[in-house]
Amino acid sequence: MSVDEKTVRRIAHLARIAVTDEEVPHLQGELNAILSFVEQLNEVNVDGVEPMTSVTPMTMKKRQDGVTDGGYPEKIVQNAPVTEDDFFLVPKVVE
Amino acid sequence: MTELTHLTISEARDGLKAKTFSATELTQAHIAAVEKARALNAYVLETPEKALAMAKASDEKIAKGEARPMEGIPLGIKDLFCTQGVVSTAASKILGNFNPPYESTVTQNLWNDGAVMLGKLNMDEFAMGSSNETSAFGPVVSPWRREGSNVSAGASGQIEGTHLVPGGSSGGSAAAVAAHLCLGATATDTGGSIRQPAAFTGTVGIKPTYGRVSRWGTVAFASSLDQAGPITRTVRDAAIMLRSMASPDAKDTTCVDLPVPEYEAAVTRGVKGLKIGIPKEYRVDGMSPEIEKLWRQGAEWLRAAGAEIVEVSLPHTKYALPAYYIVAPAEASSNLARYDGVRYGLRENGRDIVDLYEKTRAAGFGREVKRRIMIGTYVLSAGYYDAYYVRAQKIRTLIKRDFEEVYAQGVHAILTPATPSAAFGIGEKGSGDPVEMYLNDIFTVTVNMAGLPGLAVPAGLDSQGLPLGLQLIGRAFDEETLFAAGQVIEDAAGRIKLPQPWWA
Repeated sequence: MSVDEKTVRRIAHLARIAVTDEEVPHLQGELNAILSFVEQLNEVNVDGVEPMTSVTPMTMKKRQDGVTDGGYPEKIVQNAPVTEDDFFLVPKVVE
Repeated sequence: MTELTHLTISEARDGLKAKTFSATELTQAHIAAVEKARALNAYVLETPEKALAMAKASDEKIAKGEARPMEGIPLGIKDLFCTQGVVSTAASKILGNFNPPYESTVTQNLWNDGAVMLGKLNMDEFAMGSSNETSAFGPVVSPWRREGSNVSAGASGQIEGTHLVPGGSSGGSAAAVAAHLCLGATATDTGGSIRQPAAFTGTVGIKPTYGRVSRWGTVAFASSLDQAGPITRTVRDAAIMLRSMASPDAKDTTCVDLPVPEYEAAVTRGVKGLKIGIPKEYRVDGMSPEIEKLWRQGAEWLRAAGAEIVEVSLPHTKYALPAYYIVAPAEASSNLARYDGVRYGLRENGRDIVDLYEKTRAAGFGREVKRRIMIGTYVLSAGYYDAYYVRAQKIRTLIKRDFEEVYAQGVHAILTPATPSAAFGIGEKGSGDPVEMYLNDIFTVTVNMAGLPGLAVPAGLDSQGLPLGLQLIGRAFDEETLFAAGQVIEDAAGRIKLPQPWWA
């Protein structure tokens, strides 16, 4: 399978990465090189094989359902580019 | 007396205990070496004041007879580990001046054991790369040079001539250890990022079993593959350092609740009676005769030390790398969705929220990272998920089954080359076709896909005078056998003579 320019733009939008017109052909070439490399996986017979979900068999750890940490909003927002009163600020989303 | 920066961790530990030198002197020697080696670009942030304060605390502990296992040992920390109050960037512009208000479990464990932090080490952006060329801070220069090479540090302190890459993604870690800019370094490995740079620089690196080391506080790349481990100058040092890095951790549900063994005790165990497998599928087309010879030599060393060498088969080996390039980007595209310009790091303003996301991520991520996020987005998108992602996860099951079958035949560990070649020059690979660079990980990536431990140990030099490494792959949670077998190879090969400081 290979991707065309329109698909490259669609993937970029899904990934929330702005791309310029000059970047699209390069990205298309690189993505197609990777997709053609992974094509060989189609040779493998995977009938009846379970997809891996956990590489190391382990029992799910459980912990008490309680508050163990928190209470410091100023630390949570300290690295944010724009804040106000311990809230993250974003452009207006709802009209 | 040997120069303080040339000691191993175990020698430094003995010297501190015997009060031959102080932790402060040991740290000062390293700070001076780091300052003189800036042309290598191994450190992205030096923290000398912090290092001296930590060394002072270590000297007090030693004076009171309360030395801990890594007391006073100066380390470099890969910039993927979050360190409280010290900028942590994953070598990406998108994290900007991210200053974590918390400490990763791995680094906290090391500080709890008395280690000293010299600074943060360069790496490929988000650990995506095999040459350290994708870093937002620029490439790392390997301390190694080809015989007769023209590379030198010019009058301006800049490198002149075509230099070699240290490998990646833990290129800063490997270069710093090889250039004696720390006694050991933390590193991480998703597809070979500890073992390949260790092999390229004549150092020792171990990727532990998935779940042995906590991932908490380490910037995530591909969560089902990422594991942290040490890069050091000897097998014994790797055992000492992994003992301190590993721990159960309630903050990481994928971190196992098994006690951490005394790895150092395993180093002198030897390989008598062990069965070592040689997988025939690793004899790939176009493999350099030097690597093949070294591999045979490694098997011979283990046989001479009492191991039984058997040929084994891992039939799905060739599919590990393509399956990895579906699974790892898929997980990365999900993990890196958090860099949104809202909660931390870089922000580029836009006319609405989507425009803000798109502009921020376009400006903040480098080319390789964007490429992998896009591949991951594509293979997870509606209509392609089954054909790519689910198929790759099924193949991952088959890769793991291959190893299980070999271990069920009584094989204790597997010996392979660590890399298909010695280090290459900067700008030499992957500029046109990204897959050319990816092929570096052909021998290491299977181990991540199967969640197993893998150790890279230097085994010799090639005809250009560059180091080559062998890889030992173990059973899950049996790092001890790797240390035992690794020591046999180190003893037989002799410690590699690391480069003289031509950069200083």
